[in-house]
Amino acid sequence: MKKTEKNEKQKETLIKVLKYMKPYRWLVVLTILMAAVSVALTLYLPVLTGNAVDWLTSLISPAEGAGSPWPALFAILRKMAVVVVLTALAQWLMGICNNKIVYSMIQDIREKVFRRIQELPLKYLDGHSQGDIVSRVVADVDQFADGLLIGFTQLFTGVVTIIGTLFFMLSVNVGITVVVVVITPVSLFVASFIAKKTFSMFKLQSETRGEQTNLINEMIGNQKVVQAFNREDETLETFDEINGRLEKYSLRAIFFSSITNPSTRFVNSLVYMGVGLTGALAAISGRLTVGQLTCLLSYANQYTKPFNEISGVVTELQGALACAARIFELIEEEPQTADAADARVLTDAKGAIDLNHVAFSYTPDKKLIEDLNLQVEPGQRIAIVGPTGCGKTTLINLLMRFYDVNEGSISVDGTDIRDITRKSLRTSFGMVLQDTWLKRGTIRENITVGRPDATDEEIIAAAKASHADSFIRRLPDGYDTVIGEDGGSLSGGQKQLLCITRVMLSLPPMLILDEATSSIDTRTEQKIQKAFATMMEGRTSFIVAHRLSTIQNADVILVMKDGHIIEQGNHEELLAKGGFYAKLYNSQFAIA
Amino acid sequence: MKKLLVYLKDYKKESILGPLFKLLEASFELIVPLVVASMIDVGIAQGDKGYVGRMCLIMAALGLIGLVCSITAQYFAAKAAVGFATRLRHGVFEHIQKLSFSQLDREGTATLITRITSDINQVQSGVNLALRLFLRSPFIVFGAMIMAFTVDVKAALIFVVVIPVLSVIVFGIMLVSIPLYKKVQSGLDRVLGTTRENLTGVRVIRAFGQEPTEISKFDGENDALKKIQTTAGRISALMNPLTYVVINAGLIALIYTGALQVDAGVLSKGEVVALINYMSQILVELVKLANLIITMTKAVACGNRIEAVLGMPAGLKEYTAEELEASAGVSTGDAQTGHSGKSTGQTGLSEENAGSKEEETGSVVFDHVGLRYYEGGEEALTDITFKARKGDTIGIIGGTGSGKSSLVNLIPRFYDVTSGSVRVDGRDVRSYDTVTLRDKIGVVMQKAVLFQGTIRDNLKWGNESATDEEIYEALRTAQAEEIVRQKKDGLDEMIEQEGRNLSGGQKQRLSIARALVKKPEILILDDSASALDYATDAALRKALKEMPGDTTVFIVSQRASSLMHADTIIVLDDGKAVGMGTHEELLKNCSVYQEIYYSQFEKKAGQGE
Repeated sequence: MKKTEKNEKQKETLIKVLKYMKPYRWLVVLTILMAAVSVALTLYLPVLTGNAVDWLTSLISPAEGAGSPWPALFAILRKMAVVVVLTALAQWLMGICNNKIVYSMIQDIREKVFRRIQELPLKYLDGHSQGDIVSRVVADVDQFADGLLIGFTQLFTGVVTIIGTLFFMLSVNVGITVVVVVITPVSLFVASFIAKKTFSMFKLQSETRGEQTNLINEMIGNQKVVQAFNREDETLETFDEINGRLEKYSLRAIFFSSITNPSTRFVNSLVYMGVGLTGALAAISGRLTVGQLTCLLSYANQYTKPFNEISGVVTELQGALACAARIFELIEEEPQTADAADARVLTDAKGAIDLNHVAFSYTPDKKLIEDLNLQVEPGQRIAIVGPTGCGKTTLINLLMRFYDVNEGSISVDGTDIRDITRKSLRTSFGMVLQDTWLKRGTIRENITVGRPDATDEEIIAAAKASHADSFIRRLPDGYDTVIGEDGGSLSGGQKQLLCITRVMLSLPPMLILDEATSSIDTRTEQKIQKAFATMMEGRTSFIVAHRLSTIQNADVILVMKDGHIIEQGNHEELLAKGGFYAKLYNSQFAIA
Repeated sequence: MKKLLVYLKDYKKESILGPLFKLLEASFELIVPLVVASMIDVGIAQGDKGYVGRMCLIMAALGLIGLVCSITAQYFAAKAAVGFATRLRHGVFEHIQKLSFSQLDREGTATLITRITSDINQVQSGVNLALRLFLRSPFIVFGAMIMAFTVDVKAALIFVVVIPVLSVIVFGIMLVSIPLYKKVQSGLDRVLGTTRENLTGVRVIRAFGQEPTEISKFDGENDALKKIQTTAGRISALMNPLTYVVINAGLIALIYTGALQVDAGVLSKGEVVALINYMSQILVELVKLANLIITMTKAVACGNRIEAVLGMPAGLKEYTAEELEASAGVSTGDAQTGHSGKSTGQTGLSEENAGSKEEETGSVVFDHVGLRYYEGGEEALTDITFKARKGDTIGIIGGTGSGKSSLVNLIPRFYDVTSGSVRVDGRDVRSYDTVTLRDKIGVVMQKAVLFQGTIRDNLKWGNESATDEEIYEALRTAQAEEIVRQKKDGLDEMIEQEGRNLSGGQKQRLSIARALVKKPEILILDDSASALDYATDAALRKALKEMPGDTTVFIVSQRASSLMHADTIIVLDDGKAVGMGTHEELLKNCSVYQEIYYSQFEKKAGQGE
């Protein structure tokens, strides 16, 4: 039952793989053709060798009245030369085709996966570990390619070889062929017996390996903390414990799987011996020439080899299919609902935002935002404060439509945001988050993310406004300094300044500043505040901040707690009210 | 790659026996063609069925011995390869643990992780295969040639020509393809990097509508990867056809020469068959060798990457007493004149002779400290001098990138000073064994990191033998008790990897508690209350103050409120100490501090004046 299910799934995956192969079907046909040609020619060669050996007989005991035997030999040798060159050519073409097919296919698959990642809802991306997704794009695709290339070539040539050899052997001698066919299943049986035994060992090995990788990720990833607490020895101890287990399991898995080859080879040598015995006996009784015997012996060798390989190939292909299944899983993941065909493109938004009975939660069993109502006039500054986990960031997720509301609606300038194209909605907001994100590339590239066409003057003006200009100039190559992944050696504050510059440059009609200055010192922050103030002029802005000093000037301060707005008003009003906000505000000045 | 072989040394026996048994097996394989030859020449020619039967039994026996030898060889090879990889992994892991912070900054942990995982796996398969085939295949190739010589010298000369040609082809292709595979690896790294970057920045990318740019960037890298993969593949694809042609050219020559020799009566028919068999044995071995070479190429490339990690100098530089004196001595000369400009060091800190040996336990002294992260880079810290007495609370405040973290990172010697010296308990930190030094110090880093395991496991990081009572005490001080109390399993609550099931503030408080469990002489809080709201922050400071014992506390913060009650506040600006003193003193005469303070306390300050 379970097994058929698994088979079904493998079949499905296989069909999908074939779909990806479709654009290259002519190459596939060509490579199959070339494989057939090269196998046929390879198999023909022993016949010619056999002929040459038999020719030796005629040399030793020349037939009556025959002329010089040599021209006949030359004819055979010429034929051999042609066969060899053609075989090599076919092999080469086949290799080239396979390369092309596999690498093009994985390129297509990678592109497809990456495109799908761009369309996946954040719910999926937030809910899955990055490492897992990355490993699907890189490691799985790679292993799939390897498996496919090896599997594809070997399986096909293997099958063709078996069929071809049988055919040629039959044409030479039926009796001996029967001997070979009878012994072969033994080899298959041995191989599959061992494969079954080793499967559980391989599973144990890969589980332990996963455990170890987890530990490595955690400890090496946070090496600084490990060292700060002098935990190197303990960590190494834990590592060694897993390492020891891995050694044990790996040894078993590798050793038992590696006896497949010698065992089947032994069976082969039995086949070889069988052919030798029956062949020699037949030769003695004159039913077989010595040339035919050599020919059969070399077939016996060639015939059993694919069987040894096929058992390995099947594992390889199964592995490749497992990888493919993981990749397809990602590709087939439900993308975010597409923008409606008649969705509005939001341009020059005025910034009237209306939240109407909004309810939202990440998981059904844990309610977060319930019945949230808010009307924002164009150009208003809205500050959101509240303890950790109160739903501030969630609100932003909803405004940007990273997540869709469960109930109620959010509208911008009177249009429900679900009726606006995502792109135009999001680019209408300028967003600076606490978690800074910079990409590999130059400072300039990072600043112009929102406006790739910006001139140097504009870039510098924006950087000056955000007070990033002075530190950028001090970098080795100024604006063309290349920074590494995630900002490389820049400090947290510098990274945040760059993110602010990015928004200053693109100046969208609405702003979201989520702890935008949390890593920047208060002095610089104060200077930036002025620039922020100019920027926010006439722009609807949402500001989330810990430092209450940065939000005192907001038109409306929302105090959130547990997904609800518990207080609402401007600074003075809220202070006068003496509620949660007043308590929060006064705690800043509490004396330790 | 060579250096890695050290890790095989515990497996000398296996590494020798493995290939040896493989050779034994190969020798028996080499006898088979001779058996077949005599079967033809004696058995068939004379019609002796008994002889044929005996020869077949010999072949079966050879096969059986081969099987035993081969399995033995596989066992030794697997044992050596797996043992090698295990020790190597241990070695690399241990080495990474010893890397200094600057090295970790430079390398990035991501590549280190790939190297210890997938790279070592590749090397393991490489070693395993090498032990099995590396000797065997050449042995068969040359063995077949030698056997050919025993059959007929003239015909064997063909082998002498064919084998070098084959070697040139095989090694030539290998030489060309190794660098290509390296490029493939770095192409993969780039694709991986972009994917990861894209996932981390998904919100920003979508906010700016940058998906198309990202896609085209990825496509570019993906295409480059494919091109290089195809090129590498194309070159490897030459291997099989070329060797096939050469071998068979040899075969044709062999048949012709064989015919001439048979004609001259030197060779028998069976012997020609034997020669042909030897030639085919070479072909079979070459196919194996080609696979081996591909695996080995990858393994060597991976091996080199691992070796690069092992090649990074481990740990911090060891200093001799003279060196320490010399580096400290340089700065003593202009000790007190250095930066007196804005400094208001009237608290007695810099007045005392910083070099005095009477410094007590828990004291920290910075003596004209300068720090540069990179050779030739700008100084992150310039000429910092101060002294913290046991039990003092030192506040460090300053702008973004002013060097606050750099300063405190020098105390547990996470980085080495480039000039001057840092002394803890009167001893230069460089003269300590780092374990002893770091045992004295509890550090709470900017980024709160917790590990998979129970809360108790995590908190015990500071002190393995801490009792639950001690743990709760630390939790109370860190304002983290309620976090644990709220959990169903209390201290036994599992923390997921990277502390995913905790909020930022909870992680921060727990990591403070972890440092407190250690009961350190020196406690460093590196902006570690940033995710806490003001009320919690205030409560935390109060609790720290009330802690028993004279812990020297360093508080790094951007909030003046977090450290205005410190005994001494050091104001940093662009790596220089521009002010030092108590809150009141600095408010009077440090303009930078005034700016910071007033930017955070506008109203109150206004009322005060």
